[in-house]
Amino acid sequence: MSVTVLDVKGLNCPLPILRAKKAIKDVASGATLQVMATDPGSVKDFEAFCRQTGNDLVSWNENAGVYTFNIKKNG
Amino acid sequence: MENAKSMSMIVTKGTLDWAYPPFILATTAASMGLNVTLFFTFYGLTLLKKKLDLKVTTLGNAAMEMPMMGMHIAMPNLVGAMPGMDAMATGMMKNLIKKKGVASIEELREMAQEAEVRMIACQMTMDLFEYKPEEMLDGLEYAGAATYIENATKSDINLFI
Repeated sequence: MSVTVLDVKGLNCPLPILRAKKAIKDVASGATLQVMATDPGSVKDFEAFCRQTGNDLVSWNENAGVYTFNIKKNG
Repeated sequence: MENAKSMSMIVTKGTLDWAYPPFILATTAASMGLNVTLFFTFYGLTLLKKKLDLKVTTLGNAAMEMPMMGMHIAMPNLVGAMPGMDAMATGMMKNLIKKKGVASIEELREMAQEAEVRMIACQMTMDLFEYKPEEMLDGLEYAGAATYIENATKSDINLFI
Protein backbone atom coordinates (compact mmCIF):
# COMPACT_ATOMS: atom_id res chain seq x y z
CA MET A 1 0.00 0.00 0.00
CA SER A 2 1.14 3.51 -0.73
CA VAL A 3 2.57 5.83 1.88
CA THR A 4 1.95 9.58 1.87
CA VAL A 5 4.56 11.53 3.81
CA LEU A 6 3.68 14.73 5.68
CA ASP A 7 6.49 16.85 7.11
CA VAL A 8 5.36 19.08 10.00
CA LYS A 9 8.75 19.44 11.63
CA GLY A 10 9.12 22.75 13.48
CA LEU A 11 5.36 23.28 13.79
CA ASN A 12 3.68 23.50 17.15
CA CYS A 13 0.28 22.49 18.53
CA PRO A 14 -2.27 22.27 16.96
CA LEU A 15 -0.72 22.57 13.48
CA PRO A 16 0.63 18.98 13.21
CA ILE A 17 -2.87 17.60 13.85
CA LEU A 18 -4.58 20.13 11.57
CA ARG A 19 -2.15 19.44 8.71
CA ALA A 20 -2.53 15.69 9.23
CA LYS A 21 -6.30 15.99 9.10
CA LYS A 22 -6.03 17.87 5.80
CA ALA A 23 -3.55 15.38 4.36
CA ILE A 24 -5.45 12.25 5.34
CA LYS A 25 -8.44 13.41 3.27
CA ASP A 26 -6.48 12.60 0.10
CA VAL A 27 -5.21 9.24 1.38
CA ALA A 28 -7.01 6.14 0.11
CA SER A 29 -8.75 3.89 2.60
CA GLY A 30 -6.24 1.35 3.92
CA ALA A 31 -3.25 3.42 2.82
CA THR A 32 -0.78 5.00 5.23
CA LEU A 33 -0.10 8.59 6.14
CA GLN A 34 3.35 9.03 7.62
CA VAL A 35 3.72 12.19 9.70
CA MET A 36 7.09 13.57 10.79
CA ALA A 37 6.93 16.05 13.68
CA THR A 38 9.22 17.64 16.24
CA ASP A 39 6.51 18.64 18.75
CA PRO A 40 6.92 16.32 21.79
CA GLY A 41 3.23 16.85 22.62
CA SER A 42 2.28 15.29 19.30
CA VAL A 43 2.74 11.76 20.68
CA LYS A 44 -0.25 11.95 23.01
CA ASP A 45 -2.13 14.09 20.52
CA PHE A 46 -1.79 11.70 17.57
CA GLU A 47 -2.91 8.83 19.82
CA ALA A 48 -6.02 10.79 20.80
CA PHE A 49 -6.62 12.03 17.25
CA CYS A 50 -6.53 8.49 15.87
CA ARG A 51 -8.80 7.10 18.59
CA GLN A 52 -11.34 9.86 18.01
CA THR A 53 -11.30 9.72 14.20
CA GLY A 54 -11.22 5.92 13.95
CA ASN A 55 -7.88 5.73 12.15
CA ASP A 56 -5.13 3.33 13.23
CA LEU A 57 -1.92 4.62 14.71
CA VAL A 58 -0.01 1.57 13.52
CA SER A 59 3.34 2.64 14.94
CA TRP A 60 5.39 5.60 16.01
CA ASN A 61 9.02 6.18 16.92
CA GLU A 62 11.36 8.94 17.94
CA ASN A 63 14.77 9.49 16.43
CA ALA A 64 16.97 12.50 17.26
CA GLY A 65 13.97 14.62 18.21
CA VAL A 66 11.89 13.68 15.18
CA TYR A 67 8.69 11.78 15.86
CA THR A 68 7.43 9.60 13.02
CA PHE A 69 3.83 8.42 13.07
CA ASN A 70 2.37 5.80 10.74
CA ILE A 71 -1.36 6.24 10.49
CA LYS A 72 -3.51 3.81 8.54
CA LYS A 73 -6.63 5.42 7.19
CA ASN A 74 -9.84 3.58 7.91
CA GLY A 75 -13.14 4.12 6.13
CA MET B 1 -21.95 15.21 10.15
CA GLU B 2 -24.92 13.22 11.50
CA ASN B 3 -24.48 11.86 15.05
CA ALA B 4 -21.16 13.64 15.39
CA LYS B 5 -20.07 14.92 18.78
CA SER B 6 -20.29 18.65 19.23
CA MET B 7 -18.68 21.47 21.15
CA SER B 8 -19.70 25.02 21.89
CA MET B 9 -17.68 27.84 23.34
CA ILE B 10 -18.40 31.33 24.63
CA VAL B 11 -15.49 33.56 23.62
CA THR B 12 -15.22 36.68 25.77
CA LYS B 13 -11.61 37.82 25.45
CA GLY B 14 -9.92 39.55 22.55
CA THR B 15 -6.24 39.88 23.42
CA LEU B 16 -3.50 38.12 21.45
CA ASP B 17 -2.84 35.56 24.20
CA TRP B 18 -6.48 34.77 24.93
CA ALA B 19 -7.33 34.46 21.25
CA TYR B 20 -5.43 31.16 21.17
CA PRO B 21 -7.51 28.79 23.32
CA PRO B 22 -10.78 29.17 21.39
CA PHE B 23 -9.22 28.92 17.94
CA ILE B 24 -6.88 26.06 18.85
CA LEU B 25 -9.68 24.05 20.42
CA ALA B 26 -12.17 24.87 17.67
CA THR B 27 -9.86 23.84 14.81
CA THR B 28 -8.65 20.73 16.62
CA ALA B 29 -12.16 19.61 17.55
CA ALA B 30 -13.31 20.16 13.96
CA SER B 31 -10.37 18.09 12.71
CA MET B 32 -11.48 15.31 15.06
CA GLY B 33 -14.94 15.32 13.53
CA LEU B 34 -16.85 17.47 16.03
CA ASN B 35 -19.39 20.10 15.05
CA VAL B 36 -18.15 23.32 16.61
CA THR B 37 -19.98 26.54 17.46
CA LEU B 38 -18.25 29.66 18.78
CA PHE B 39 -20.31 32.43 20.35
CA PHE B 40 -18.31 35.69 20.45
CA THR B 41 -19.38 38.27 22.99
CA PHE B 42 -17.93 41.40 24.58
CA TYR B 43 -14.17 41.68 23.90
CA GLY B 44 -14.25 38.39 22.03
CA LEU B 45 -15.94 40.23 19.17
CA THR B 46 -12.65 41.87 18.20
CA LEU B 47 -11.48 38.42 17.06
CA LEU B 48 -14.07 38.57 14.29
CA LYS B 49 -12.90 41.83 12.72
CA LYS B 50 -11.72 41.47 9.13
CA LYS B 51 -8.44 43.13 10.03
CA LEU B 52 -6.97 41.75 13.23
CA ASP B 53 -4.69 43.93 15.33
CA LEU B 54 -4.39 41.88 18.51
CA LYS B 55 -2.30 43.01 21.43
CA VAL B 56 -1.13 41.65 24.73
CA THR B 57 -0.65 43.60 27.94
CA THR B 58 1.46 42.80 30.97
CA LEU B 59 -0.81 44.94 33.17
CA GLY B 60 -2.65 42.97 35.82
CA ASN B 61 -1.09 39.82 34.40
CA ALA B 62 1.10 38.76 37.31
CA ALA B 63 1.74 35.30 35.89
CA MET B 64 3.09 36.58 32.59
CA GLU B 65 6.79 35.86 32.32
CA MET B 66 8.67 36.16 29.05
CA PRO B 67 11.77 34.09 28.34
CA MET B 68 14.67 36.50 27.95
CA MET B 69 18.41 35.89 28.07
CA GLY B 70 17.94 32.45 29.56
CA MET B 71 15.65 33.70 32.31
CA HIS B 72 12.00 34.49 32.75
CA ILE B 73 11.26 38.16 33.22
CA ALA B 74 8.03 39.49 34.65
CA MET B 75 7.08 43.13 34.25
CA PRO B 76 6.08 45.19 37.30
CA ASN B 77 2.75 46.99 36.68
CA LEU B 78 4.38 50.38 37.13
CA VAL B 79 6.78 49.66 34.27
CA GLY B 80 4.13 47.95 32.15
CA ALA B 81 1.95 51.06 32.38
CA MET B 82 4.54 53.20 30.61
CA PRO B 83 3.86 54.27 27.01
CA GLY B 84 5.02 51.76 24.44
CA MET B 85 5.18 48.82 26.83
CA ASP B 86 2.12 47.07 25.38
CA ALA B 87 3.54 47.42 21.88
CA MET B 88 6.84 46.00 23.11
CA ALA B 89 5.20 43.05 24.88
CA THR B 90 3.06 42.39 21.78
CA GLY B 91 6.13 42.47 19.54
CA MET B 92 7.98 40.07 21.80
CA MET B 93 5.04 37.68 21.92
CA LYS B 94 4.68 37.73 18.12
CA ASN B 95 8.39 37.01 17.72
CA LEU B 96 8.14 34.04 20.08
CA ILE B 97 5.07 32.75 18.24
CA LYS B 98 6.94 32.82 14.93
CA LYS B 99 10.13 31.37 16.38
CA LYS B 100 8.37 28.44 18.07
CA GLY B 101 6.32 27.41 15.02
CA VAL B 102 3.04 28.42 16.65
CA ALA B 103 0.27 29.33 14.21
CA SER B 104 -0.86 32.93 13.92
CA ILE B 105 -4.43 33.76 14.94
CA GLU B 106 -5.13 34.77 11.34
CA GLU B 107 -4.04 31.31 10.21
CA LEU B 108 -6.09 29.46 12.86
CA ARG B 109 -9.14 31.58 12.18
CA GLU B 110 -8.92 30.84 8.47
CA MET B 111 -8.66 27.12 9.24
CA ALA B 112 -11.70 27.39 11.50
CA GLN B 113 -13.64 28.96 8.64
CA GLU B 114 -12.46 26.26 6.22
CA ALA B 115 -13.57 23.61 8.71
CA GLU B 116 -17.02 25.21 8.79
CA VAL B 117 -16.86 26.16 12.44
CA ARG B 118 -20.09 28.03 13.13
CA MET B 119 -19.31 31.54 14.35
CA ILE B 120 -21.98 33.62 16.03
CA ALA B 121 -21.45 37.28 16.90
CA CYS B 122 -23.41 38.60 19.86
CA GLN B 123 -25.84 41.14 18.42
CA MET B 124 -26.17 42.97 21.74
CA THR B 125 -22.41 43.56 21.97
CA MET B 126 -22.35 44.66 18.31
CA ASP B 127 -24.85 47.37 19.27
CA LEU B 128 -23.20 48.17 22.60
CA PHE B 129 -19.73 48.78 21.13
CA GLU B 130 -21.07 50.13 17.82
CA TYR B 131 -19.43 47.55 15.59
CA LYS B 132 -20.67 47.36 12.00
CA PRO B 133 -21.13 44.07 10.15
CA GLU B 134 -18.95 45.52 7.34
CA GLU B 135 -15.95 45.49 9.71
CA MET B 136 -16.51 41.86 10.57
CA LEU B 137 -15.81 38.62 8.73
CA ASP B 138 -18.26 37.52 6.08
CA GLY B 139 -20.45 34.54 6.83
CA LEU B 140 -21.04 35.27 10.51
CA GLU B 141 -24.37 34.77 12.21
CA TYR B 142 -25.72 37.52 14.43
CA ALA B 143 -27.77 36.28 17.35
CA GLY B 144 -28.22 36.34 21.11
CA ALA B 145 -28.26 34.32 24.30
CA ALA B 146 -31.22 32.11 23.34
CA THR B 147 -29.40 30.92 20.22
CA TYR B 148 -26.37 30.04 22.31
CA ILE B 149 -28.41 28.22 24.95
CA GLU B 150 -30.30 26.18 22.38
CA ASN B 151 -26.99 25.17 20.82
CA ALA B 152 -25.39 24.44 24.20
CA THR B 153 -28.17 22.07 25.26
CA LYS B 154 -27.27 19.90 22.25
CA SER B 155 -23.49 20.07 22.68
CA ASP B 156 -21.31 17.44 24.33
CA ILE B 157 -18.75 20.03 25.42
CA ASN B 158 -19.50 23.60 26.50
CA LEU B 159 -16.67 25.96 27.38
CA PHE B 160 -16.42 29.57 28.54
CA ILE B 161 -13.22 31.35 27.66
